[in-house]
Amino acid sequence: MSAQTTSAPTDDTGAADASRPRRTGRTGPGDVAGLGVGRAVLFVVPALALIAAFLVFPALWTLYLGVLKYDLAGSNAAAPQFVGLGNYTDALTDPRFANSVLLTLAFVGLSAVLGQNGLGFLLAATLRRAVGWVRMLVNGLVLLSWILPGTVVVFLWQALLDRNGGTLNALLDTPGAAWTLDHPLATIVVFNVWRGTAFSMLLYSAALDAVPASHLETARLYGSGPLRTFRDVVLPRIRGHILTNTLLITLWTFNDFTPYMLTGGGPDHRSETLPVYVYRMSIEGGQLGFGSAISLIMLVINLVIALFYLRLLRRRGQ
Amino acid sequence: MRRILADALVRHALSRIGLYLFAGLMLVFFALPLLWLVLTPFSRTPAYQITAPSFTLHNFRVLFDNPFALRSIGNSLVLAGGTAVLAVVFAGTAAYALSRVRLPGRDALLYAILLLSSIVTGTAAMVPIFLMLFQLNMIDNRLALILVLTGGLLPSAMFILKDFMDSVPKSYEESARVFGASPLQILRHVVAPVVRPGLATIAVWAVVQVWGNFLLPYILLHDQAKQPAAVIMYTFYDEGGQPNFALISTFSLLYSVPVVVAYLIVNRRYGFRFQGGIKG
Repeated sequence: MSAQTTSAPTDDTGAADASRPRRTGRTGPGDVAGLGVGRAVLFVVPALALIAAFLVFPALWTLYLGVLKYDLAGSNAAAPQFVGLGNYTDALTDPRFANSVLLTLAFVGLSAVLGQNGLGFLLAATLRRAVGWVRMLVNGLVLLSWILPGTVVVFLWQALLDRNGGTLNALLDTPGAAWTLDHPLATIVVFNVWRGTAFSMLLYSAALDAVPASHLETARLYGSGPLRTFRDVVLPRIRGHILTNTLLITLWTFNDFTPYMLTGGGPDHRSETLPVYVYRMSIEGGQLGFGSAISLIMLVINLVIALFYLRLLRRRGQ
Repeated sequence: MRRILADALVRHALSRIGLYLFAGLMLVFFALPLLWLVLTPFSRTPAYQITAPSFTLHNFRVLFDNPFALRSIGNSLVLAGGTAVLAVVFAGTAAYALSRVRLPGRDALLYAILLLSSIVTGTAAMVPIFLMLFQLNMIDNRLALILVLTGGLLPSAMFILKDFMDSVPKSYEESARVFGASPLQILRHVVAPVVRPGLATIAVWAVVQVWGNFLLPYILLHDQAKQPAAVIMYTFYDEGGQPNFALISTFSLLYSVPVVVAYLIVNRRYGFRFQGGIKG
């Protein structure tokens, strides 16, 4: 999924094709190179085969695995048992699952919807008024935190938060404070804001560029303060971008596995978001059937977010 | 009148102060974790603690002496390069065919795969993908991992490339055809050069995606000799669980530099707009 597709409405070539003179034979109206349907199918098949094998099939298989009691080892490994909705009822009655859902909601809500969205917008809106080198410097650092490999930034944060030698404790003069143990949720929330704000900043920067300067000038001349100007002039123009951005970062944060690398889901499951929960149950714990049931729930949530997003794109494409 | 002017001046000064306070705060917040990456590789006493500069290159000796460190960078290159090549070739041919030939159900197909690519993420599909390769006896098979990674990137790649293909003027192909070029020749010698920026975009995007990917190689490659950089860092600890700081700090730097360089090149060529597509 990429933001570049935001500029790509899905139905666009049909009209262009129809306006060309029709040709006879097997080649279609837009097919000026004479590819033909046969070769076109050949061209499409490798890509579709990989998509079918590694996207479609896993999704469908999750549906099937989720109704089995299927373990990586033990008696249920050789002969998986059909348990119907058993895994789902197990999940719904498991306090660890409920805990994980709540944590995921808090993680996505605080770090993406509020944190990245808000800070990204603030950075985009304010930095444009700062002098060039300050803007470049802050922009560069925000971007750097986004493009560095995940494993590296996780280690950097471990160095920052370490109990004994950590930079944060040295700065705050709180020797021995164990941030990741005492505040695991806050740790992954702040980390994710740091890690992902760049995308929102870039998107809002582009959106604000499109607000006509003359409108802002008019608002200023009429004595409208910054908050009113934002509400009456800026907001109506960037509403679509806010929705797009929120849906995308929600989707990414919801599927983010980095909390596992930072806190391992602990201590005592206090940072165990759904991806971490699935990993620990199925890959570490070997309960593949149960893990698949949870994965399916995740797939459905992803589907809902993605459908919203695509509807938004379509409406804007028209 | 004078009062109003003074008010406006004060307000302006306050907003400036607020602006630079915020900028300063953000500077500290975003720079603080990065300090370690810049200073520790050159420190004489590498630890969690950031020490005052005491320049040495000794830590890099530790890096080059480690049997897995450089090899894992090579592994990352193989995974990223292989995935980029497959994604560019398969997405390119598919996007061209979909752009030029009206296959039945084309628009529905494009919509479906776009939807799929956002739903079936590595995290949501880790169980079936792990189980599939486990049952096929393909754990530790790098080609299998490359195919899995390619499959995940193809929908977005096809989508972006179809836009590029749609924008190629059809008159180019028409004239090539008049001179007797075959469809394959036209694709290679006429279309591909025109959409080269698009192909480069996809290649760089694929490399960056794979370069940083942790979860899939983590669950699909168990042999240390085959693991990429993202995964191998977790083995740089001694028996007591204490990190090998000399190794981790220099390795982090070596492993980060290529993405930063790639970003700078891309940014210079395509500007910020490209960034929208580089991530996710």
